[in-house]
Amino acid sequence: MPLYVERKPESLITEEGIRTDGRLPHEMRPIKMMVGVLEKADGSAFVEWGGNRILAAVFGPREVHPKHMVLPDRALVRARYNMAPFSTPERRRPGPDRRSIELSKVIREALKPAIFTENYPGSVIDIFVEVLRSDAGTRVAGINAASLALASAGVAMRGLVSACSVGRVGNFIVVDPNHDEDMWGDSDMPLAMMMESEEITLLQADGTLSEEEFKEALDLGRKAIRFVYEVQKEALKRPYYLVERRVV
Amino acid sequence: MMFDQEILTHNLMKDYIRELAENGQRVDGRGFHEYRPIEVLNGTFTKAEGEAWLKLGETQVLVGVKADLGEPFPDTPDKGVFVSNAELLPVASPTFEPGPPDEGAIELARVVDRAIRSVDAIDLGSLVILPGKLVYMIFLDMYVLDYDGNLEDSLTLASLIALGRSEIPEVELKNGEIEVKESKRKLELKDIPINFSFVKIGSKILLDPTIEEESVSDASITVAINKDGKVCSVQKRHGTFSVDEILNIVSVAKSKWPELASIVREAI
Repeated sequence: MPLYVERKPESLITEEGIRTDGRLPHEMRPIKMMVGVLEKADGSAFVEWGGNRILAAVFGPREVHPKHMVLPDRALVRARYNMAPFSTPERRRPGPDRRSIELSKVIREALKPAIFTENYPGSVIDIFVEVLRSDAGTRVAGINAASLALASAGVAMRGLVSACSVGRVGNFIVVDPNHDEDMWGDSDMPLAMMMESEEITLLQADGTLSEEEFKEALDLGRKAIRFVYEVQKEALKRPYYLVERRVV
Repeated sequence: MMFDQEILTHNLMKDYIRELAENGQRVDGRGFHEYRPIEVLNGTFTKAEGEAWLKLGETQVLVGVKADLGEPFPDTPDKGVFVSNAELLPVASPTFEPGPPDEGAIELARVVDRAIRSVDAIDLGSLVILPGKLVYMIFLDMYVLDYDGNLEDSLTLASLIALGRSEIPEVELKNGEIEVKESKRKLELKDIPINFSFVKIGSKILLDPTIEEESVSDASITVAINKDGKVCSVQKRHGTFSVDEILNIVSVAKSKWPELASIVREAI
């Protein structure tokens, strides 16, 4: 008998567009980002996004093990998305499941276009995304954290990768779906972009969207990502703020 | 790159493909939004409840659907169980190695699964015998036999055909005893969600890439469209796309749906 049973709320959204956590369709959950939270990693970041708590760390560019994976003309990029056993209501079995393996792949592919891999031939850049607490949207929160960790590791990048999910609940396109909407919503679409060039580096979708809804979702997602990007930039710069004192 | 295809394509060929694409052409003479010939083989090849051996150009896949009885997942006591798995057989490519599914095979299976599941193409609610206790389990096993690109679309087509052809034994509960009857019931397909895979080569977007086109591509994406012309699943893989490119891809996929859906319907 499972100890934790998920209960579907009576309604996911009111006619006025009020969501189960009180947000409006275009409203995001609170976001908090910190850079350089780990000592041993070359770069790290911690992201709190709604109830999500995500830790990202980057090692490298460093020597490749196993040796046969070496790419002579560029850096190898590896990513691992992992959920802690205590990150969900019901304990998860430790280790990668099929979902984690897929997410590791799409996260790697979301970040790799941003990295100047040709600058680091023969080396590897390892990216680790650890989900400590999950509350819908872990992959996008993880991408934001990993992007910060890469930048703080000093890896040469074309730009930061910023990410946010959008979804459909009934007739509403909602930004940053919450747990209820993730579980019982009609559609879910994680999106990541390099905001400077407006290039999409991650796009997945699950659930139906008409062509118009799809367009609207992309547009709303882009706006949300623009906001996330600003937060990321500030989090990166914060530790280096200029301090000026005049001795009188 | 997904399966180390790079070693399969000679540099000369890569340059040739890129050059052709810039001039609006493809090596095999197809248009950018044209599929290779699709053929569904006649005959019986498995002991599955439903099967399909499908060729998409030189790509060959075999999909078999098996049914079993089991317990439902605790969070969905009133639904049957649907499990998908893809295997990249070592016979299909010199770069495929024996062993458990790698991330490419897992992603592949999940992309096909997501298209089917997102629109409830199989009515899992109709596969319950005793809620919370006994349901049908449907196993979709995808075998890649010969790999010449675009496994996503070929496996999706073959899976839909195999599912649509499936007949599973009827079961009755008599005083708590399971009785498997002689008669069969059809696994009904309620929707035909079709995956459309595109690659970007330079500034051009090509549908149904061959292995060579995949290996030179700058980006790739798979979009599923259902019977109502709605997007039901998307999976961008390597590289990047602009918003306009994505919107264009969706409308091309939508326009191709009737053509492919009729192939599926005919084969069932």
